[in-house]
Amino acid sequence: MTDIAAFDETQQRGLTKRKLWMSVLLHGLLIGGSFIMLYPLLWMLSASFRPEEEIFSSTSLIPSSISFDAYPRGWFGLQESFGTFFWNSFVISILCVIGNLMACSLAAYAFARLNFWGRNFWFAIMLGTLMLPYHVTLVPQYVLFLNLGWVGTFLPLVVPKYLAVDAFFIFLMVQFFRGIPRELTEAAMMDGCSAWRIYWKVMLPLSLPVLATAAIFTFIWTWDDFFGPLIYLTDMRDYTVQLGLRSFVDSTGLSDWSGLFAMSILSLVPVFFFFLFFQRLLIEGIATTGLKR
Amino acid sequence: MTTIATSGPISAQSRGWLARAWTRNGAGYMFLLPWFIGFFGLTAGPALVSLYLSFTSFDLLTAPRWIGLDNYIRIATADPKFMASMRVTFFFVLVSVPLKLIFALAVAMALNRGIRGLPWYRAIFYLPSLLGASVAISVLWRQLFAGDGLVNSFLANFGIEGPSWISNPNYSIYTLIVLAVWQFGSPMIIFLAGLRQIPQDMYEAAELDGASKWRQFWKITLPLLTPVVFFNAVVQTIEAFKAFTPAFIISGGTGGPINSTLFYTLYLYQEAFGFFRMGYASALAWVLLVIIALFTAFSFLTARYWVHYDD
Repeated sequence: MTDIAAFDETQQRGLTKRKLWMSVLLHGLLIGGSFIMLYPLLWMLSASFRPEEEIFSSTSLIPSSISFDAYPRGWFGLQESFGTFFWNSFVISILCVIGNLMACSLAAYAFARLNFWGRNFWFAIMLGTLMLPYHVTLVPQYVLFLNLGWVGTFLPLVVPKYLAVDAFFIFLMVQFFRGIPRELTEAAMMDGCSAWRIYWKVMLPLSLPVLATAAIFTFIWTWDDFFGPLIYLTDMRDYTVQLGLRSFVDSTGLSDWSGLFAMSILSLVPVFFFFLFFQRLLIEGIATTGLKR
Repeated sequence: MTTIATSGPISAQSRGWLARAWTRNGAGYMFLLPWFIGFFGLTAGPALVSLYLSFTSFDLLTAPRWIGLDNYIRIATADPKFMASMRVTFFFVLVSVPLKLIFALAVAMALNRGIRGLPWYRAIFYLPSLLGASVAISVLWRQLFAGDGLVNSFLANFGIEGPSWISNPNYSIYTLIVLAVWQFGSPMIIFLAGLRQIPQDMYEAAELDGASKWRQFWKITLPLLTPVVFFNAVVQTIEAFKAFTPAFIISGGTGGPINSTLFYTLYLYQEAFGFFRMGYASALAWVLLVIIALFTAFSFLTARYWVHYDD
């Protein structure tokens, strides 16, 4: 009996020991992987504080001496300052957020809660537009905006959001609205509330999480958008941060890396801010609907 | 029908019908009004116009001139740049998407077992895919893989003299693939959510039957995860077909060296906004649409043979 007990115990100890080793190995791998993933970003951050001549010689993350010169140099490196670009990006992104929240939630409410003829048909069509590559509408849209005199303004980047062209967010909101108990809206309907009042007074206040998720993703995607501004913005005074960075690459001929890195770091700050403070919303948004980023 | 029969004269009857139709459907259509304007004015309408333009020669300045199938014939037979961009794009899609999904699944599996510090790991692995779309990251990549960039400085520590990855047509596409795979965070999060849905007692039962972890992965985890794999594969493939910014920034808008990073979208952009061949660009867009549609249809058709739905 004692033999068997002793055998059991050693086996048990062996098992936990193996488990411990496995866990150490796993954490080792994950920490190593995390480091490799973050290394380029950290290196860019440190390079922006580095004397220019050191950028191409050092792989270390800690600069030999810290200099902030690159920031003002990069900021005023083009004939328009990056202040202009940041302001433009900010204005465009905010306007797009407002547009998406209004237009997509209206459409989503109709699809999720209202009964009308052809609802399933239009819903299927809406889902179909999710698959449509934007290139197919690119040329006619450009011609349309050109004829409206909108090329060279923010309008082609902003107005479509007020017409709910981002089907993705409609889908996201429909999923959320469907989860709101029907009794709540039906009770309001019994009390004689109009569809509009139910949408405004019942649905939207109950949907803050999905509205926040949609707002943050709209902001980030608009902030990061390069293609739209590239074709629609012509004057440097209207450039977004992304276009500013691209002009910086072109104009300095890659001679001022630290200035370029400094501005690159600054351009990532707003996105990083959302990552830090709204990470849970972002991750839940992705997990529940399978967002693409 | 009976209500119509009893509802009196035609005009009142039709007004009654209209009024009823309005009360029943009006609100829905009012709420959808912005979407309808957007759908017809900015999506369906333009898509049809671009189909028409694809049969024309159009330079924005003069009216489109009907040339029949010429654009498509040129695409199919006489456009080496189209062929080059197809090769580059397909290579990119077929290499980067599977690699990205394998990384995403492997890391998700590692993080799934109630590991300590999960929120930290998840955040760190997710960060690149949140930042990756911006020009800043493409700029960074351009430096990392330059001849005197970080990767080569690193290799120099081991006495290896690396090539200029960006400007060598044999390697340039791989820098873009690495960039895409680096952003495996979002499919990883979807995998994590999928893994959490697999009932734990299945593993316990398998454990009792003496099935190894490896066998459990192939017999339980992967089959039950196939809907998520399917979803991720479709979404990531469509995204990969549409990739633009990194190739544009890293190659300086050319798709070079020697068209080695000429993504399809980049070629389309050059035709449309570089040469103002708007008709030809529209034809290219429709070819892209057909490719994506064929691919999606193919995935859905084959899905029934490998995607496991529990119903």
